Amino acid sequence: MSFVEYSELIQEGDVAIIFLGHDSMFPLMVQSGAQTQTRYGVIRHSTDLIGRRYGSKVTCSKGGWVYVLHPTPELWTLNLPHRTQILYATDIANITMMLELKPGSVVCESGTGSGSLSHAMLRTIAPTGHLYTVEFHQQRAEKATEEFREHKVDHLVTVLNQDVCKDGFGVTGVADAVFLDIPSPWEAVGHAKSAMKRQGGRLCSFSPCIEQVQRTCAALAEHGFGEICTLEVLLRLYDVRAVSLPLPDFGPDDPSRTDPGVPDRAGPSVPTNTAVTCRTAIAPREMAGHTGYLTFASKSLV
Amino acid sequence: LFNREASSNTCDGSRLTKRVLSSQYFSVFAMANNGELVDERFIIKDGDFVVLQRGDVYKAVQIQKKRKVIFEKQWFFLDNAVGELYGSTFEVASGGSLQPRKSKHPEIPAEVKESGMDNRNIVDDGRSQKLTRDDIETLKEQGLKGQEIVQQLVENSTTFRDKTEFAQEKYIKKKKKKYENIITILKPSTRILALMYHGREPGKICHLRYDTLAQMLTLGNIHAGSKVIVFETCAGLVLGAVMERMGGYGSVIQMYPGGGPTRAATDSFGFPEHFHRTLHEFPLCKVKALLAGTLSPDEEGKDSVDGPAAEHLDTTAGQLASSANEQRKERDAEDSSPEGMESSSVEPEDRDKEERERRKENKAQEKKVKMEEKRKKLSAAAALLQGRNADGLVVASRFHPCPVLLTLLRFVAPSRPFVVYCQYREPLIECYSKLREQGGVINLRLSETWLRHYQVLPNRTHPVLLMSGGGGYILSGTTIDDSASASGPQKAEEPAPKRIKLQETVA
Repeated sequence: MSFVEYSELIQEGDVAIIFLGHDSMFPLMVQSGAQTQTRYGVIRHSTDLIGRRYGSKVTCSKGGWVYVLHPTPELWTLNLPHRTQILYATDIANITMMLELKPGSVVCESGTGSGSLSHAMLRTIAPTGHLYTVEFHQQRAEKATEEFREHKVDHLVTVLNQDVCKDGFGVTGVADAVFLDIPSPWEAVGHAKSAMKRQGGRLCSFSPCIEQVQRTCAALAEHGFGEICTLEVLLRLYDVRAVSLPLPDFGPDDPSRTDPGVPDRAGPSVPTNTAVTCRTAIAPREMAGHTGYLTFASKSLV
Repeated sequence: LFNREASSNTCDGSRLTKRVLSSQYFSVFAMANNGELVDERFIIKDGDFVVLQRGDVYKAVQIQKKRKVIFEKQWFFLDNAVGELYGSTFEVASGGSLQPRKSKHPEIPAEVKESGMDNRNIVDDGRSQKLTRDDIETLKEQGLKGQEIVQQLVENSTTFRDKTEFAQEKYIKKKKKKYENIITILKPSTRILALMYHGREPGKICHLRYDTLAQMLTLGNIHAGSKVIVFETCAGLVLGAVMERMGGYGSVIQMYPGGGPTRAATDSFGFPEHFHRTLHEFPLCKVKALLAGTLSPDEEGKDSVDGPAAEHLDTTAGQLASSANEQRKERDAEDSSPEGMESSSVEPEDRDKEERERRKENKAQEKKVKMEEKRKKLSAAAALLQGRNADGLVVASRFHPCPVLLTLLRFVAPSRPFVVYCQYREPLIECYSKLREQGGVINLRLSETWLRHYQVLPNRTHPVLLMSGGGGYILSGTTIDDSASASGPQKAEEPAPKRIKLQETVA
């Protein structure tokens, strides 16, 4: 197992996702001899996990069962320990495409935060790309380094514990793309520019507030970035349900028009169908209405 | 025709080229027109697939010398772009030649000093511009540059000075867009091609909006080294996007309906040759046979088994699918025949006859070779599918997604993501229900994304007035292994669709 490469069987040292049902999941580290408690009973790693196929159904001690899933960056995003606010798949998807990430891309990112986006970017730039991720919080930087090692992606990433606004990304002229998710991105635009390749590249800044966006856009224009574009993406999840719509009763048909010869035929109407069932997709009562504004820009040729 | 060797040869001839072994791959460095030594991938070469950009309008073209290109009502030649760096900006000069723009930002003329407070004195009587259309045409004929024409327009506008500063900026921006002939040449990417198709020809890509495509690539966990099945009728855009994300590592199997796969957009990506070696194709009409184990690729070549209709389809498939490789082979064959002729010393009359026979033979041989290759390709694709261990499935088509998904999911390994796009919601609701009934998948999610752009300007920040009304719908999920599903007391791992609600409403 690795976050950048699928494998068929569960092995010692893997991070697996245990799926309990309906949005209930948790990650675990597979270790022979270890046991994990779930609401359906115990999972014994040596017998229940190691050597079995990913996607298998595992019966726990109380008789209930779970599915064991191969980790993906998207499942990790839903299961990772939160140390900060994190980016979710909807924004990540747009960031990845708009930054034009692909295998071989060199990316600079700050801050690392909980590593949600980092994992997704590593997946996309593997096996030949590299991620330089800068985090000013020491414990967070250390925890991220540890996770990258556990997830077998440490060869693709360099974690730096420094303030990107003061000290930059630690590299010059190598990045194809830069991503900023920091409180004052405008202070890092200069560093972002110098980290990027001379032939140009793409930049993205994620900010929850429009005031941050305004200052960032001004800084981008000042540093000669082009194609500056700010957008917002929201996810609308639908719940598929069968709903029943009752049919109204308008009373019996006009009695004067009924055939007098057959009085009972149109008599007190007993509609055969009192309701119509239809399958529909229902929008949730509440949804995330704002995550952050995504500002993209291109570094043009110098 | 426009292979890389030929173009890099021209580079080799006149410029310095050297190979440098970097940690992972070969980088070929070459000298650009400006004398700079850069990775050759940054240099525009003859035969390259590029994207022209003017404002927010894009057009994908191939660089072909002396070939006229029409873009935004303008025609020009791309010859001068060769040797320049990607991202370079050009001005269209008279005669349709491209002139690299050296001065970076010769912005708005600084003469704009006066401006009004508001628009109380501005009357729309259509008489504020003193220049007539004919005057402007004359200016153009005189060879005035776009920027100079805009300057003339500003000077001859009686109301310009009364406009507010913001309105003046907007006016100049609008006129510049109309009269400046500036284009930028970009390297194609999923971002650019998805924006281009969505803006110009959404019908060709089933109205798949770019942010929806982005969701598909992420939810599908598309990455290097995996084996992905793609079924799309989006001109090859989705296929190209998947191939870009795989970077030439792993394999892609394109399932196609009818005669052959459509790949116009895929070609526009301009992938290097080795990417195409990871691409396989398999006709939908043979899927049932493959699943039943009755597909025999050996019979393919004979053409007689499938009856005349299928035969016809197959030949078109062969023609459409014929890769550049095959075309090259054909040319090689043609090239070699006259050579052989010259060396032979036969009487002229006999020679004619012999030549004809020879051609006939060649053709038959060629056909045989083609058939053989096609057969090999089909069985290679079949072998990839037969393992039933694909790492992902991506569907974006105009067909009903239900049968497509239910059938193709059988080729996917357990614990792998799948994602289906449909322009409409209802077919995906049906898919959702069927999959729930059938089992074998978890994490089913029906979703849509909402996309809004913003104008960000000092004191004028607000959402852009127009926004896309919808970008299509996505059903995604994860496959599981339910082969041993008989045991276990739990009825379903997810709560049953909430029928209770239904009864509540009825009551």
